[in-house]
Amino acid sequence: MREVAEEILRIENLHVSVEGTAILKGVNLTIHRGEIHVIMGRNGAGKSTLANVVMGHPAYVITEGSIFYKGQPLEELAVFERARAGMFLSFQYPAVIPGVQVGTFLKKSVTSVRDEAPKGRAFRKELTAAMEQLSMDKSFLSRYVNDGFSGGEKKRLEILQMLLLKPHLALLDETDSGLDIDALRIVAKGINEVAVDSACLIITHYQRLLDLVKPDYVHAMINGAIVQTGGPELALKLEDRGYDWLDVTA
Amino acid sequence: MTDEAQDVIGDYRYGFHDPENSTIRFDQGLSEQVVRDISELKNEPQWMTDIRVKAYRHFVERVMPEWGNCDLLNMIDFESITYFLRSSNKTEKSWDDVPDDIKNTFNRLGIPEAEQKWLGGVTAQYESEAVYHSIREDLEEQGVIFLDMDSGLKQFPEIIKKYFGTVIPYSDNKFSALNTAVWSGGSFLYIPKGISVEMPVQAYFRINAKNMGQFERTLIIADEGSSVHYVEGCTAPSYSTDSLHSAVVELIAMEGAKIRYSTVQNWSSNVYNLVTKRAVAHKNATIEWVDGNIGSKLTMKYPSVLLKGEGAHAEVISVAYAGEGQHQDTGAKVHHLASNTTSNIISKSISKKGGRSSYRGLLQVTPKSSGCRSKIVCDALILDENSRSDTYPTMEIGNSTADLEHEASVSKVSSDQLFYLMSRGFTEDAAMGLIVNGFFEPFTRELPMEYALELNKLLELEMEGSIG
Ligand SMILES: Nc1ncnc2c1ncn2[C@@H]1O[C@H](COP(=O)(O)OP(=O)(O)OP(=O)(O)O)[C@@H](O)[C@H]1O
Ligand SMILES: [Mg+2]
Repeated sequence: MREVAEEILRIENLHVSVEGTAILKGVNLTIHRGEIHVIMGRNGAGKSTLANVVMGHPAYVITEGSIFYKGQPLEELAVFERARAGMFLSFQYPAVIPGVQVGTFLKKSVTSVRDEAPKGRAFRKELTAAMEQLSMDKSFLSRYVNDGFSGGEKKRLEILQMLLLKPHLALLDETDSGLDIDALRIVAKGINEVAVDSACLIITHYQRLLDLVKPDYVHAMINGAIVQTGGPELALKLEDRGYDWLDVTA
Repeated sequence: MTDEAQDVIGDYRYGFHDPENSTIRFDQGLSEQVVRDISELKNEPQWMTDIRVKAYRHFVERVMPEWGNCDLLNMIDFESITYFLRSSNKTEKSWDDVPDDIKNTFNRLGIPEAEQKWLGGVTAQYESEAVYHSIREDLEEQGVIFLDMDSGLKQFPEIIKKYFGTVIPYSDNKFSALNTAVWSGGSFLYIPKGISVEMPVQAYFRINAKNMGQFERTLIIADEGSSVHYVEGCTAPSYSTDSLHSAVVELIAMEGAKIRYSTVQNWSSNVYNLVTKRAVAHKNATIEWVDGNIGSKLTMKYPSVLLKGEGAHAEVISVAYAGEGQHQDTGAKVHHLASNTTSNIISKSISKKGGRSSYRGLLQVTPKSSGCRSKIVCDALILDENSRSDTYPTMEIGNSTADLEHEASVSKVSSDQLFYLMSRGFTEDAAMGLIVNGFFEPFTRELPMEYALELNKLLELEMEGSIG
């Protein structure tokens, strides 16, 4: 029998609105260390909203319910404190930071999250290894963060950050979108590595990532609520049949 | 430190001041006699005294500029300013001989250290005159002349007489008249034909006394095919009363020569910084103004280039940061006076906590100048609702073959950028600091590395406590 792993994320009856419009309407979800959860759902269902609100985006207002990270209510933690506590969000649309070189950004970010400056040589080794794993050319380090990056390059940079920051909770919002077949394989390998010892929440539209990353649970989100939870077979079924059969309002 | 100074220092880290041990201090206020006294004290040739007096008379008659920031300009009390203050009797060649107080100040500012590491020569001006001056021997052997302006006038009166005021006549504007009347200190730099000076040379201007007026005068001549990088830094203590810094800088690049002039102006917020900077570029010469304005109460400064010879090129990269109570009225002026001349202007400004930045630019192409190209990019970043940014571009294009590009943008830091960085462990202040440094990057990457790092640190400090 498997030992019960540490609870990393617990979401209870979460209601969220943005600019006065209710988006999430009673989400419940618990993720333990070592588990991979997948959320699928139509465009606009509220998937990114869920990921953003967990990470603490100020535009999203929790109107009811709560979120706990390792048992601690998240409202107590500022965004940067969540990052330092081991939470990580791979953005669906990563922001561009003009004039800031990727190398500088990564070093500073790792320094803030680990709360100490990484040793120069050790950090360079770690960085080089992670970039090689993701087939990223060294020249990325001197480019500006996400500035002029292709869709796939942005996603690789997100995964590079995940590999360096070694989060305990990884929220991956459509990280597979825009990736070519080779990149998908590479990124999946990165996710699998992190997932061994962390909790993973993957938002995706496609089965193809799930051929490479085996989920423990698949959730279907309709209209701001999780309406069905199953195993990997649910993803196949959704891919086959779409969402209409789950949508009571349809 | 007096309580009064302490009161207004705030976050400005160069706001400390020394006890004032002046050897000669003029009474506050300006008159023709003051002008004559300065000239006499310096034992100047008659022609210089004459120019000073003419300039003074012009200054008196000339009205204040009616643009920029008239309210602030009209608050300058010319009678409360000290126009000449000598704090050391000699310009020393060794730091050991510089009076302790003054030496300590420059140590705190990191000048001797920088000199050892990466500079080809240093002039350190304290109040009205240079207290320290040196140039590397190898440069001297190649015939490079680098002196403070007072020594330059003594040792090379013929060269100075030939070029002084030729790029910026005293009658150019009210403050060039004032500078010409009471100038003291500054640099004289001459690079002989064909010599490339690899290490930058630096001048550092420090105001220490209250109500001080600093009026340095700089003349740089790069002879045919030579090149040089001159760096200027400046700071002052924070006082509750105003000081005035009004310099004139003239650059002359002969055929095929290149002058890069980099400034990081970081005056305390009680300093009026009203500076005229202009360069002449002869055939195939290049002038680069790299101009950073971080401090001061009001800065009005528009580095200019007269592209006089065919194929000459001008590059002006400037940044301005306007914080609480500050107005940075800066820009660039380029005159395409010959054919096939090119220019590139990048201006970036940040306004915060009610600060105001204005870009004022002039681009002129004369009718006989064909095949000219120019690109102007002006970007403003506004950090909060109370702050302000304006652009006043003027174009006088007399020749239809000119190829011109002009881009301007005003932006705010987006909450998505901040959220992205904070989700990577940055505090809100640190995130803001990083974004601001990134915004200024096209400027900082042009600076010597030590300056770039210093500027980045400075901006990060400025962003501390910036958000509620
Ligand atoms: N900042 C915002 N301002 C206004 N509306 C928003 C904002 N963020 C999200 N919404 C709205 O909330 C709803 C849910 O958006 P969300 O991004 O969570 O969808 P999603 O499930 O991630 O969709 P997709 O699959 O297209 O990424 C959408 O209707 C969206 O327009
Ligand atoms: Mg989404």
